[in-house]
Amino acid sequence: MIDPPRVELWAILPVLILFGGALVALVGSAFARRADQAPFALLTLATLAATAASALWLWNREPTTALEGMISVDRLAVVATLTLCGVGAFGAYLGYHYFERDELRRNEFYALLLFALGGMALLVAAADLIVVFLAIEVLSLSLYVLTALTFRRGPTEASLKYFLLGAFASAFLLYGVAISYGGAATTSIQGLARALAGTTGNQALAIAGALLVVVGLGFKVSLVPFHMWTPDAYQGAPTPVTAFMSAATKVAVFVALVRVLHVAFVGLQWDLGPAVAALSAASMVVGSVLAIAQSDVKRLLAYSSVAQAGYILSAFVAPDRDGIAAALFYLVSYAAAVIGAFGVVMLISGGIREQTGFDRFRGLGRRRPGLAALLTIFLLSLAGIPPTAGFVAKVFVLGAATSAGYWPLVLVGALAGVVGAFYYLRIVALMAMREPEGDDVADPSPLPRLVLAVPAATVVVLGIVPGVIVPVLREAGVLTW
Amino acid sequence: MDVPWLTLVVVAPLAGLPVLLLWRSISDEAARWVGLAAALVAFAVSIGMLANFETGEAGFQMVSKHPWVESVGLTWFLGVDGFSVWLVMVTTFMFPIAIAASWKIDHQVRRYMAAALFLETVIVGAFLSLDLLLFFLFFEALLFPMYYIIGVWGSKRRVYAATKFLLYTMFGSAFLLVGILWLYIESGNQLGKATFDLTALEQLQLSTEAGRWLFLAFFVGFAVKVPVWPLHTWLPDAHTEAPTKGSVVLAAILLKTGPYGMLRFNLDLFPEASRYFADAIMVLAVVGIVYGAIVAMMQSDIKRLIAYSSVSHMGLIVLGIFAFSAESMDGAVLQMVNHGLSTGMLFLVFGMLYERTHTREIADLGGIVQITPWLAGAYVVAMLSSIGLPGLNNFVGEFLVLLGTFSVDRVLASIAILGVILSAVYMLWSYQRTFQGPAKERWRSLPDLSWREGAIVAPIVVAMLWIGLQPGPMLERLRPTSELVSERIRTAQVGEAVEPLARTSGTGEEEP
Repeated sequence: MIDPPRVELWAILPVLILFGGALVALVGSAFARRADQAPFALLTLATLAATAASALWLWNREPTTALEGMISVDRLAVVATLTLCGVGAFGAYLGYHYFERDELRRNEFYALLLFALGGMALLVAAADLIVVFLAIEVLSLSLYVLTALTFRRGPTEASLKYFLLGAFASAFLLYGVAISYGGAATTSIQGLARALAGTTGNQALAIAGALLVVVGLGFKVSLVPFHMWTPDAYQGAPTPVTAFMSAATKVAVFVALVRVLHVAFVGLQWDLGPAVAALSAASMVVGSVLAIAQSDVKRLLAYSSVAQAGYILSAFVAPDRDGIAAALFYLVSYAAAVIGAFGVVMLISGGIREQTGFDRFRGLGRRRPGLAALLTIFLLSLAGIPPTAGFVAKVFVLGAATSAGYWPLVLVGALAGVVGAFYYLRIVALMAMREPEGDDVADPSPLPRLVLAVPAATVVVLGIVPGVIVPVLREAGVLTW
Repeated sequence: MDVPWLTLVVVAPLAGLPVLLLWRSISDEAARWVGLAAALVAFAVSIGMLANFETGEAGFQMVSKHPWVESVGLTWFLGVDGFSVWLVMVTTFMFPIAIAASWKIDHQVRRYMAAALFLETVIVGAFLSLDLLLFFLFFEALLFPMYYIIGVWGSKRRVYAATKFLLYTMFGSAFLLVGILWLYIESGNQLGKATFDLTALEQLQLSTEAGRWLFLAFFVGFAVKVPVWPLHTWLPDAHTEAPTKGSVVLAAILLKTGPYGMLRFNLDLFPEASRYFADAIMVLAVVGIVYGAIVAMMQSDIKRLIAYSSVSHMGLIVLGIFAFSAESMDGAVLQMVNHGLSTGMLFLVFGMLYERTHTREIADLGGIVQITPWLAGAYVVAMLSSIGLPGLNNFVGEFLVLLGTFSVDRVLASIAILGVILSAVYMLWSYQRTFQGPAKERWRSLPDLSWREGAIVAPIVVAMLWIGLQPGPMLERLRPTSELVSERIRTAQVGEAVEPLARTSGTGEEEP
């Protein structure tokens, strides 16, 4: 007799809530597509609050896997989900303001945002490669549509590019899953780990498959040489969407990478470290160098996100909880800084036509001291200059790489940071040290500034007292299965 | 009673920040007074610290140690010894003066004062930190306010100069960061718990090779800040373009974090490597002394001239550190203070002249002494101090450095003396061309020093005379520390491991 499969739906409660909220928003927007968007925004925030609460409820559960080994219940997933909820809330608010300002009604924005978040929340809990693929597809498809949401030429073009290159990534990922299955005779990450260790199945096939999975995930976090889509997609997408996807996608996919790299590859005899270090170094160098040549702030931040992905990956050469905690700290501080930075860019860009060239930022410190100060804080954090979270984060990830003995990688990271300081502070110099030119079109409304002060405060507080979240992240860094 | 003097000195300047940052409609005049008041409070607190300083004690005093980020081993660990006490004093002494000197800055005064006070906090913090990560945090945090001050309130090519300053120093600190992280991980391997605590890291047994690489990483980090020739090219640009106050702070205090770092960290942590590289570094230092002096002679822009004279003087400080005798180390620390006073005053007085004439070119000036005798007199005092006239402060420091170096390496000491002589040439020559000769018609109506300006200059002159005539009080607080450090280095042999430093434990609060 066959046992019926156990259905432990509580394990995916955060995901269910997100999808539930998404469905309500979807149906609502189908009937009230051009109606006032405030109820939708409130519904989104309420959904996110419920998701966060359900994630917290999972914190004290015994770490385990549920749904026949498909889903992991652990603190890593909880921390990632909470971060995603925070990012999602700011993304939703920025979007609300963006569409409200131009009197556009795009109520499907909220449904798509929640679907993307649902995919991400599923991804951070995935314990099986099929679930990884499923989650990646859900979040990617939502993001493709979000990118084109204003139906203008630029965003549509960006969306198409994103979609075509993203399809490649999905193909790699799916191919990798299939080959891993050939090697391990299972799609669970644990099963893959056993095959990679050589205890079961065909090791060579399993290695090839697992590496393809890493490539597929590498696309999503824009690691060099899989970063080609990033500048076009980031520049073309409506700025609130850019803000959301740059922060949230990195959080979700890097957590998935933690599971693949730290769980699946743990038993492999030969060391994957040098390959990870090479990817990380290439991303830091290429991203930083290409960012220098940009004259558009959104494009510059896109290349900088490539470099930032390299920094996060550098913590992965340390296969212990400190390495994971360092990567998580970096993700949190990066998410706060980047969503804030794009948020300010959105306010400065002057509406849906989005002008984000450097000229727009010239002399901003004179005209809009508040906005300029906010952007300065975010850029300092991205550049890793104290007293901001970015500095602490950089010390953490490079420290993790040092502890694993990869000091050349650390040196590359430290030197790439100098290049980073150059291009980030170029914007600061434009704002603070040049005279304003042209008309002032920055958004004068006060509420977005107050909202953006929250990530700014986060960045500063985490820079001064990182101890408030480090113990939590170290808890999350324990992989028990 | 246990007063946490060091923490107070570090945070005192921050007292003015909330007012400056939150009160957006504060008038310019009020902002200036808030800035000055906070800097004066910091100076008063530092006097308290000095009064509590135990003379004759070599180790760290008034130690204040509290865990900050426990999981990574970061501690708020401050301590003062003979080296740092005087550097803190010159910092807190020069800041109120520099703020008073920038009274005429008329745009964005509120932010200017906020940046200045933040800068003071992080510089003092860097001088007092005994936790390497804490030190690095302060060391990096001083970049942005300085960048901002040069870039916003500087002259024509300010953005270029600010960026160059930032990139050079960040380049150096990239290596420093790698070195610090390496030591941190090594301490985890050897001591069981990874730590950034300097006194614990001194106990590490490093292999000769590792010690040498780490020495180089630290050295590059500090050498850019000093700056040691050939890493000096950012300095003339930064000095020239910075506003007066920026130049004063840069010259008087910020540059000192470089040699201080060498003295505190390179010598303590890597004694064997220090000996191994000492000869090469002394050669670099002497090249810097002579090169800086010769290039200074060729300048047509007074601020550039003073900047290159800084390169020359800083070379002498590095020479004193790496000669490893107690005298030369005394001299080096004394010179850090003296250079702060004399070069700081040169920039101040020239800044006052610049406010009147708006030119930095020597060729445009001339005959100033007939028009503004007091201003010219102030310049003469600063110049004579810089040259090293006996009776003024620099003489004592230079003499000790050269004395100490002479006992170690006569050739280098002799060449260094040449550099000191050259300083008389370029200084006097520039004075002659700027202040003497026939007075130009266009400068006829220049006003002489105002009371405010006189009040700014006077305390520096007093300090110069005090150090020049009565160096005893300074030296007796300095000597035990430099004897302790130099003794250990001199007994170190190249290629052999060195015993950990035995510090006498200082007095002060401590929390386990």
